[in-house]
Amino acid sequence: MKKRLLFISCEEAQHICDKTQYEEATFWEKTKLNIRLSWCRITRAYSIKNGKLTDIVNNSNVECLKHNEREDIKEQFQNELNNQNHK
Amino acid sequence: MPNHQIDPNKWIDLYSDYLFNYTITRVNDRDLAKDLVQDTFFAGLKSMKNFKGEASERTWLISILKRKIIDHYRKINSNKGKAEVRMSYSSDENEGDWLEERVADPFDKTAEDSIENTELGSAIHDCLGKLPEKQATVFKMKTILGYETEAICNELDITASNLWVIIHRARTAMADCMEKNWF
Repeated sequence: MKKRLLFISCEEAQHICDKTQYEEATFWEKTKLNIRLSWCRITRAYSIKNGKLTDIVNNSNVECLKHNEREDIKEQFQNELNNQNHK
Repeated sequence: MPNHQIDPNKWIDLYSDYLFNYTITRVNDRDLAKDLVQDTFFAGLKSMKNFKGEASERTWLISILKRKIIDHYRKINSNKGKAEVRMSYSSDENEGDWLEERVADPFDKTAEDSIENTELGSAIHDCLGKLPEKQATVFKMKTILGYETEAICNELDITASNLWVIIHRARTAMADCMEKNWF
C-alpha cells in the first residue's frame, strides 16, 4: 500500500513536473516526483527539458496580448475591413 | 510570380502577438504597443495593393511596424529635444553640449541583452505559431500572461485536468521546437 503511494507512473511524474513549473505542485507530489527522478531516466530527461523551457521563457521577457486586448483589436480591424469592402 | 498571398482576415490571429512582442521590447509601454500594432494592421489594409508577394505577410507587416515605431520616436524626440534646449541652455556658448550630456550610451550592456531577448521572444512566438490554436492559447495564458489555472478554465470553459493535458502537449512541442531553434 505504501509502495503504491510513493511510486508513480511516468505520466503522473510528468504531470507533476508540469505543475512544478508553475509552482502548483504540493509538497507530497514533489516528494513522489523526486523519488521517480532518482531512478527513471525518462522522467529525468523530461524534467531537464521542461525546466530549460521554463528558464528560457522566464528570461526572455516575452510578451503577448491579453484576450480582451486581442478581441479589441480584432473588432476594430473587422470594422475597418468591412468599411473597405463596402467602398 | 508572387510567392506569398495576402489574407487580412487571418492577420490578427496569426501575427498580433508576434508584432506586439516586437513592439513592446522597443517602446516598453503596453498601451502604446497595442496602438502601434493596431495602426500597423490598418496601414497594411490600406496599402494591400502594394504587397508584391516577394516577402511573407509577416515580414511585410513588420516593415510597416518598423516605420510606425520610428515615426513614434521621431515625434517624441522632436518634442523632447525642444523642451530640453528651452529649459537648460539659454546662452550661445553652451549650445550643443546638451546632446553629449543626455544621449544614452548605445553600447550599454543592457542593449545587447535586450537584442538577445527580442530574438528569443521572436523564436518563442515562431514556435507558438506552430502549435494548434488551443494549445497556443492555453500556453500563452498560463506561461506568458501568468493566469491562474481557475481563471483559464473559466474563460475557456475547460476542466483543470483538461488544462494540464493541453499544457503538457504544448510544453512538449514547445521544448522540441526551441531545442531545434534556440538551445
